[in-house]
Amino acid sequence: MKKIHIILLVLIAVTIAVLISFLQTTTTYDTVATALSKPGKYVHLMAKWDKSEPLEYDALKNPNYLAFTAVDSLGGKIRVVYKNPKPENFELSERLVMKGKYNAGNEKFECDNIQTKCPSKYKDEDPSKHVGPMPETATAASKPIELNQNATNSTK
Amino acid sequence: MNYIGENLLPGNIGHFFVVLSLIASIVATFGYYKSVTAKNPIDAESWKKLARFSFFAEVLSVFVIFITLFFILKNHLFEYKYAWQHTSKSLEPKFLFAAFWEGQEGSTLLWSFWHCILGLVVIFTDKKREAQVMTFISFIQVLLAAMVLGVFIGDHFIGVNPFQLLRDSNVLDKAPSMHVGFDLAQPIRADYLSLITDGNDLNPLLQNYWMTIHPPVLFLGFASTIVPFAYALAGLWTGDMKDWVKAAAPWTLFTIASLGLGIMMGSKWAYESLNFGGYWAWDPVENASLVPWLIMVAGAHTLLIFKHTGRSLKSSFIFLILAFVFIVYSTYLTKSGILGDASVHAFTDNGLNTQLFLLMYLGIWIAPFIAAKDNKTRLIVFISSMLIMFLIYFLYDKVQSIGMIGMLAGLGWFLLLLQKRIPNLQKEEESLSSREFWMFIGSLVFFLSSMIITVQTSLPVFNKIFGLNIASPENHEFAYNQIQVMVAIILGVLTAFTQYLKYKKTDTKFFINRIIIPTLVSIIIATLILKFIKINYTKEGLGFLINIWIALVAGVYAVIANGAYIWVGVKGNLKKAGGSIAHLGFGMVIVGILLSSGKKEVLSVNTSGISVEFNEKSKETTGENLTLVEGFPTAMGNYKVTYLGDSTHPTKKTLNYFKIHFKSDKEDFTLYPNSFVNYKGNNELMSNPDARHYWNKDVFTYITSIYNSDQVEDTTKFTVHNKKIGDSIFYSKGFIILDKIIAKDNLPGDNFNKTDSGFNATLRVKTLLGPSYDSELLTIKSGKKVMYNSIDTVFSQGLILTMQNISNGNAEIGIKETDKIMKYVTLKAYVFPYINILWIGVILTVLGTLISMIHRMRTQKS
Repeated sequence: MKKIHIILLVLIAVTIAVLISFLQTTTTYDTVATALSKPGKYVHLMAKWDKSEPLEYDALKNPNYLAFTAVDSLGGKIRVVYKNPKPENFELSERLVMKGKYNAGNEKFECDNIQTKCPSKYKDEDPSKHVGPMPETATAASKPIELNQNATNSTK
Repeated sequence: MNYIGENLLPGNIGHFFVVLSLIASIVATFGYYKSVTAKNPIDAESWKKLARFSFFAEVLSVFVIFITLFFILKNHLFEYKYAWQHTSKSLEPKFLFAAFWEGQEGSTLLWSFWHCILGLVVIFTDKKREAQVMTFISFIQVLLAAMVLGVFIGDHFIGVNPFQLLRDSNVLDKAPSMHVGFDLAQPIRADYLSLITDGNDLNPLLQNYWMTIHPPVLFLGFASTIVPFAYALAGLWTGDMKDWVKAAAPWTLFTIASLGLGIMMGSKWAYESLNFGGYWAWDPVENASLVPWLIMVAGAHTLLIFKHTGRSLKSSFIFLILAFVFIVYSTYLTKSGILGDASVHAFTDNGLNTQLFLLMYLGIWIAPFIAAKDNKTRLIVFISSMLIMFLIYFLYDKVQSIGMIGMLAGLGWFLLLLQKRIPNLQKEEESLSSREFWMFIGSLVFFLSSMIITVQTSLPVFNKIFGLNIASPENHEFAYNQIQVMVAIILGVLTAFTQYLKYKKTDTKFFINRIIIPTLVSIIIATLILKFIKINYTKEGLGFLINIWIALVAGVYAVIANGAYIWVGVKGNLKKAGGSIAHLGFGMVIVGILLSSGKKEVLSVNTSGISVEFNEKSKETTGENLTLVEGFPTAMGNYKVTYLGDSTHPTKKTLNYFKIHFKSDKEDFTLYPNSFVNYKGNNELMSNPDARHYWNKDVFTYITSIYNSDQVEDTTKFTVHNKKIGDSIFYSKGFIILDKIIAKDNLPGDNFNKTDSGFNATLRVKTLLGPSYDSELLTIKSGKKVMYNSIDTVFSQGLILTMQNISNGNAEIGIKETDKIMKYVTLKAYVFPYINILWIGVILTVLGTLISMIHRMRTQKS
């Protein structure tokens, strides 16, 4: 056997070994229910922000603490803690991919990364927002903008 | 119905040329094919003339389509969906091109446009192989033209027409005001266009000059991979296995330069906009364009081996063909929407998956079709490919993996045919002292590295076709870094010494004499770097850190050895030094990546996560965001940072600039990071950073959260009082007593040294009208330097308190008092050291590759 063939085989064997060990470190995509069933395990939780529940963020108290409730397509709900400010496109996002672990101790999903899936980024937005001041659409366009839910709940 | 105010002429012209470009490219493909296969030279010549004429017609069509679509965007003709979707009247004209390629249709047109330009270059520079090479370019152009066709055949539509009218799209389906009688069931009103006052606009994050220049360069790189692919197939087709290499070699170098530059421009953009925290995040979209580049680099080196020694022909064929196949795969990944949950910047599905699949399928199967040695085999390949395609069509819903199996079958068949066409060389074994031996190992490492990245990136594809549920690992970037750092070590060392070897056999003494000095110099320099600049990236453990150190030595070795080779090897003749310059640049890229990422520093470390009392919560990690109250200096690394106020962009009302002042012992400067605030009425922030650039580092800051912008101006000043325990400070509504100070060493948390100490002050705020409040302030010092000071607010009193410094029981208490709600911003700040080594490395790699390309073109002619 030629030297080059031995090296070839070794390199390919290393590549395969590397890939097998990589596949063992992969995680899963989960719903609220399945994430709850494996506390302490790192998962990709797929859900969206439940706007009916309060969002906690007070930049003056701790800018690295955001808490909100996520609801998945099956209706499962969970309180999420994210150690960062609100990610970009959070409000527009139709779906969030939250990477983290369920902490059974405080019954919260603690995530270190939130990926927002924004419909307007590459797809069309609701067209009524862009048309002229028509009666029906005016309501949609002038929807009250809640600014900083946080500033008010930090009175001492 | 006649709609009022529409300008339908540009759309009709545009769509006419879309159809013409499809027909012209079909005729060109057929004509060129007949020209190659014609037995009679006169027939061949006349087929070629027809094909060339058709290709020119196609180029003209693509140009007209380009100009027409640009005209529509420029004039904001919102009757066209593309203009409505990607522009608005307030969009600055300089971003019109960015809007052009924001959408899938525009980016496909850009790709097609570059194929036209490259095709023209081939026609005018290589008459001899024009027909073969252009057959493939025209064939792929047919598939690309079909992607923008927009024609319905029964229930299926072929392509998405960039000239589609807004009223023909589904955009207005949900808008009752656009319909007669406000009834969605009724047709669209004749005067609908007058109701559309503005477009959807270009995503503000894409309103960036990089969006204007990065896609064209990247797509030039994408498009140019077809030329080496076409040359390789042309070689197999005509049976002349050697001739094509000379012509293909400069093209492989051109592809490496343009694709590499395009990728790194995207990287620079990511770095400058900082939305991903740096220049490379191993996002699937980034990886998808890196993979073909790695394969092309492997191919360029094996071509060189073949040219000098006659070996590695088979691998050259495989690499050049796979580079193109992976370009198409990357197109599939980014455009099919399959990366939806895995990538932050892939397109969403726009219904062209079948066509994207066909592009990939035919792009692969054309290889065995051409590689077949006679017409009979060719026919068998053709029939098989069609049969498998039908099988996929009927079985796809049941067995999703059949699509991939079908493509792998095509690839496997190609490899078999290649094996038959190119017999194994029965030469003597390569010597370990030969240049080609190590070059081949290097190419192989490049290729295997690209395959590892491909598997890691393709998890969403595996999920889809095998019905799995796997996501990227917890530490996504480390999963790539821990492997690629090894690749960097091997490639750094190979890049350093391989040029010092000669082809076939090298005299050991000769080799050692020449390489000894660069080797010693590299070891000294690398040691100095490790000693004085230091990389202490302990986050992923000692093993990884040691790998980083070794890789740094390897990178430095590549830089020094190749720099030296310019003098030792080619005697300072820069025209011949292309390879060395490119390799030197590549070494700098390795060094730059290791230094900048290994020493990246978060300035805005926020210890508030540790909690003021250092209690049991202290295990929690520190945050990377810090809140600054207006006019209130806050310690951040070596700087005191103050938020001075903000201003609004003169024309874009939602764009706000924040004035952030940095002051250290040596300097002071002001940065202006900006954010789109409540863009389109959404309670959102879209931020762009600002940076201060130094020769050896960049200081970046960007806004992550802001105060309520509706509030009134706050004009009160910030004052500092120097107090001891028991002292009091008066303010308008009462007084503040400094109650106690507790000092504590051995702070928990990774960020602290043993010498750092924390001071916890308790202030009692006594109001004249009654209640009193306690305020806890934390200051962390390292020696005499203040590392961090917390801010506390007593809202009912409009008080903001901080302890700016403390020494010998003397506390500097900062107070700001206001009746109005305060203004504040939350920001992140980073320092990226030595990042310029990376950028200079990229420029040198590109330049060296181009010098080498020109050198090859010259020697080829003479």
